[in-house]
Amino acid sequence: MATVIVVTSGKGGVGKTTTSASFATGLALRGFRTAVIDFDVGLRNLDLIMGCERRVVYDFINVINNEANLNQALIRDKRVENLYILPASQTRDKEALTKDGVEKILNELKQSFEYIVCDSPAGIERGALMALYYADEALVVTNPEVSSVRDSDRILGILASRSRRAEQGDAPVKEHLVLARYAPERANRGDMLTMQDVLEILGIPLLGVIPESQAVLQSSNAGVPVILEEGSDAGAAYGDLVDRFLGKDLPHRFIESQKKGFLKRLFGGS
Amino acid sequence: MLLRSPHVASGDALPFELKGSLFTLTVLHLFNLDRKAIERHLAEKIKQAPSFFNSTPVVIDLDGLADPKEGGDLKGLCDLLRGHGMIPVGIRNGGPKLQAVARLAGIPVLPENRAAGKKPEPPGPGTPRTRIVNHPVRSGQEIYAPDGDLVVLGAVSAGADVVADGNIHVYGALRGRALAGVKGDVEAWIFCQSLEAQLVSIAGRYRLSDQLDASERNKAVQIHLKEERLIIERLAR
Repeated sequence: MATVIVVTSGKGGVGKTTTSASFATGLALRGFRTAVIDFDVGLRNLDLIMGCERRVVYDFINVINNEANLNQALIRDKRVENLYILPASQTRDKEALTKDGVEKILNELKQSFEYIVCDSPAGIERGALMALYYADEALVVTNPEVSSVRDSDRILGILASRSRRAEQGDAPVKEHLVLARYAPERANRGDMLTMQDVLEILGIPLLGVIPESQAVLQSSNAGVPVILEEGSDAGAAYGDLVDRFLGKDLPHRFIESQKKGFLKRLFGGS
Repeated sequence: MLLRSPHVASGDALPFELKGSLFTLTVLHLFNLDRKAIERHLAEKIKQAPSFFNSTPVVIDLDGLADPKEGGDLKGLCDLLRGHGMIPVGIRNGGPKLQAVARLAGIPVLPENRAAGKKPEPPGPGTPRTRIVNHPVRSGQEIYAPDGDLVVLGAVSAGADVVADGNIHVYGALRGRALAGVKGDVEAWIFCQSLEAQLVSIAGRYRLSDQLDASERNKAVQIHLKEERLIIERLAR
């Protein structure tokens, strides 16, 4: 049975698409047939991050409107086997997403894929609601700052009340926290929330901490999911995250500051 | 309020005043109009407690009649009751025909009892109930416990509202807004494991986050009203 995973956050610019790209790539690298769908209709980005923007012919909305079939719209990743991308339409808006249309496509994808990753747009409007509605599990991406944490809290409330699982009274959507752009030394200085602060406020299990990293920007611009950047800290963190998702028990990395961590934590504020 | 005549100044003392009042009266629930049977059973009852029926005013309730549309000899019935020491003061219920008979006989027709014929209300929405929420209340969510208490088994996030007509208990951090006694119950209380609220209110008296004392913040507290003022106290550990 295929698993539908939404990558969501409420707030924009926190790393949803980066996470979707690396997470889907990581699942495919480990041998699972994986499709990643861009729900950000009108503000298509996933194709750029995945480096397949020049191969988009048909898109998600074309398939919903029966203007193309799913196989025509799915783009096979050139680097990683088992990985397919369903791009968003750039010329339409979120109103083109319908519950029935999304369900039809997900059901069709479930026939041939093991994991379906839904890259949610920011906000709590139609696009975001459609991306999370059919989810079995959710990666909630948060940055260590108060507005991002509050928006994630809001999205968690929506997952618990407005997803199909909630509406039908099934087992709740399984929630995972992804703390992105984390800089331990700045958190210890009090410039940003600490990991403990975020965990305390949101109260859901931590799947991974992605360090603030130059590699993310560089790989995004190069159209390569950062998980493929061997030797980069963010790439390694995403690798751990995927392994943890698949059930491996790995300690969290990149949560201590590199220099004078211990003393700083003892004396450097809270 | 009493309505007094304005002529008091003229020296003419007011001879009466009119006021409504409630009385407890014995009600005779009649199941049929068989005069002989009524007389027989009445005599038996009176034998058991003679003083109880001496000059007792009674209302005759006709709701239990098998065929309330039928007419009947109400005047004869009243005479029968008087003969046994009771004073019939009127009838209640019964069909239009019986009520017409009563009016013709000069017997007052009392308004129907609202509860008559109705089964006792099942304990339902009207009775105070405690609403228990076994998940965290997230930002943007609003939980309301009408008529009763609200118990949250988890944290209430900033940007969430928990509202109750009664008390509010939060077994976690209270970071959002908590409004207890929203229908004006000044006896309502709020309890929480860690006070980090944006606002707490009881019966409309509120305190904002920046009005909280540092000694109360992040502490387990109980909040109640005393002489219109919100009192926040640390919970003893």
